[in-house]
Amino acid sequence: MSVFWSTVVTIVILLNIIGGYLLIRWVAKPNKGEAKQGEVTGHVWDDDLRELNNPMPRWWLYMFYIGIVWGLIYLLMYPGFANYPGLLGWTSEKKYNDEVTTANEVYGPVFSKYAETPLIELSENKEANLVGQRLFVNYCAQCHGSDAGGSRGYPNLTDNDWIWGGSPADIKYTIANGRNAAMAAWGTILEPTQIEYLAEHIMSLTGRKHKATDAQRGKELFASYCAVCHQADATGNPLLGAPNLADKIWLYGASRNKIIESITHGRKGHMPAHQEFLGEDKVHILAAYVYSLSSD
Amino acid sequence: MSTTIYNDTVVRQFSIMTVVWGIVGMFVGVFIAAQLVWPALNFDLPWLTYSRLRPLHTNAVIFAFGGSGLMATSLYVVQRTCQVRLFGNALASFVFWGWMLIIVLAAITLPMGFTQSSEYAELIWPIDVLLAVVWVAYGIVFFGTIMKRKTPHIYVANWFFGAFIITVAILHIVRSLAIPVSLTDSYPIYSGATDAMVQWWYGHNAVGFFLTAGFLGMMYYFVPKQAERPIYSYRLSIVHFWALISIYMWAGPHHLHYTALPDWVQSVGTAFSIVLLAPSWGGMINGIMTLSGAWQKLRHDPILKFLIVSLSFYGMSTFEGPMMAIKSVNALSHYTEWTIGHVHSGALGWVAMITIGSLYYLIPKLFGKQDMFSMKLVETHFWVATIGIVLYVASMWIAGVMQGLMWGAINDDGTLTYSFVEALLRMRPFYLIRFLGGAMFLSGMLIMAYNVYKTIKGSKAANILVPQHA
Repeated sequence: MSVFWSTVVTIVILLNIIGGYLLIRWVAKPNKGEAKQGEVTGHVWDDDLRELNNPMPRWWLYMFYIGIVWGLIYLLMYPGFANYPGLLGWTSEKKYNDEVTTANEVYGPVFSKYAETPLIELSENKEANLVGQRLFVNYCAQCHGSDAGGSRGYPNLTDNDWIWGGSPADIKYTIANGRNAAMAAWGTILEPTQIEYLAEHIMSLTGRKHKATDAQRGKELFASYCAVCHQADATGNPLLGAPNLADKIWLYGASRNKIIESITHGRKGHMPAHQEFLGEDKVHILAAYVYSLSSD
Repeated sequence: MSTTIYNDTVVRQFSIMTVVWGIVGMFVGVFIAAQLVWPALNFDLPWLTYSRLRPLHTNAVIFAFGGSGLMATSLYVVQRTCQVRLFGNALASFVFWGWMLIIVLAAITLPMGFTQSSEYAELIWPIDVLLAVVWVAYGIVFFGTIMKRKTPHIYVANWFFGAFIITVAILHIVRSLAIPVSLTDSYPIYSGATDAMVQWWYGHNAVGFFLTAGFLGMMYYFVPKQAERPIYSYRLSIVHFWALISIYMWAGPHHLHYTALPDWVQSVGTAFSIVLLAPSWGGMINGIMTLSGAWQKLRHDPILKFLIVSLSFYGMSTFEGPMMAIKSVNALSHYTEWTIGHVHSGALGWVAMITIGSLYYLIPKLFGKQDMFSMKLVETHFWVATIGIVLYVASMWIAGVMQGLMWGAINDDGTLTYSFVEALLRMRPFYLIRFLGGAMFLSGMLIMAYNVYKTIKGSKAANILVPQHA
């Protein structure tokens, strides 16, 4: 804020607060020839509406004065008069950073003591898993559910089916750096009938009811358009985050309509990166915990 | 000597519709309170979901019920205290029918999902434009009457009504500035933290000028009338009026503590909220002390009970508000049910109770009756409503504090002790008590509707002559 506006703002704030005090003093002064205290002022409205000339209650005035003084002191101590930083040097940013620093000092050791333990060994450590579960409920449950069972669009982490790979290192990489899955929208390239053929082929992979001739046409289309990511046998490619289409696990719905929807409009999966936000130690514990959910 | 009568037609229309919209708005409130206990009550229909009905509830109770009540009483009071007929006959009719049209349009568009997504300013731009036009017409009717008054001084109730009318016009127009892209959609001209600040400058002053100043205007007429006592202190009126309207303007940032709003703006919000406590209480003191020397009336007069209890709730909420504006208290209370409890101790305890009390005074007079059909039912209404509020507010206080503590509780490793769902599950019994409290308050309104119907049934509109002064 420019010095000019900072000054204007400060003056207006002060005028309003101090104006409150001056208003009291001005109104409290007796006027010449006014009614005596406790009597009506002499003005009458609507037959019988009158006002008494009582002074403002003293306790109320003190309350008002205390409010004014408190307000002024508060604005002196904390940043309140525009650019003026306040006597305490307080800023919300500093307070936040202080709290984070303190928390890291106090809680840091709780997490760092597991930093050197290999993930597989850590996934069998009860104590660490308890910490991991709490971290999971705080940071992961919003999408994956408190029980890590997932929901549509958010993978189930307990079924030992892994889109991006299920080794401890893969899981840790996913949590730390996030993942962005991109299934192209084929609706602009393929004809609706071609997409239906593809759907028939995909239905046939898991032995579901399908039209054999259509599925055969779909198989050819699959080889030219889909196999590049999902592999020729449709078992998927964890390097690209391309799901296995030959099993019974469906992230965006298993029905024929949902499959057609996925092919037509594509899908965009986004797992946010947590390394910077949570730090290496917590990611390590979380990775071990998530691994533990499906290791048996 | 010509004989003119007061224009009470518009007052009668607004008075009756206050009761009607009160029932509608509170019913929607009770319904969404029930949805929080039994979520299946949205029946999987988009227009019955909580997210669409909640703005319908707030708009209906604030603008339809509260607004009609304020228009009824302000247009009655301004004529009586100026001793002249209302300015502009056709314009006054336009204000009534325009206001009703806005309410109906709101009731259609909000459940359909048309919204600007600003709290208390959800209405889409064409309705906003209509609202601005009707509001300006209301201002012309009100101030036109003040201009041609026969009394030398402007009565204190009219200061408050006047401040309410002018400020709400400014608030509404500034908040609703937007660039339309179609009949139903528009983009606000503000963005980011600026938009948030404009929103809570609007939102907080809607509380300050619509729900506080406006209803203080009501209080300054109906309390001394019903108590048959003079206003306690005219000096207090002057100081608390000017202090209230100037200091209120700054307090909005306390809705945005711990956000991207610059620190100094947040500090100003806190400081002014604390300074505001005394000016707010000025109105309560002036109202309650007006009764001094006539306390015994409180025992027998249910209308006075409504009025005085409303002032007590007013005092309570205006104490609670500044406390919640202190940052460390706000850290616990913000985003919890405590806020809902605070709002309803103001909305039910103050706004609704003062309106109901004033209507019980007003309605018999407007229809040439001595009293309401049954004062016993007024008494019943009072107790049902009061117990309802207590259940509502107390349950939300407990729920809110519990929620704040659960959200903030941490384990030895610094992680949160409770997941969101765990805290939510604990809310259920309190949601049920709140639902019961709200249902009681709504039943009170139904009793009132019956009583009003019996009072005005078969009666003729009273034509009251404007007194002629020499």
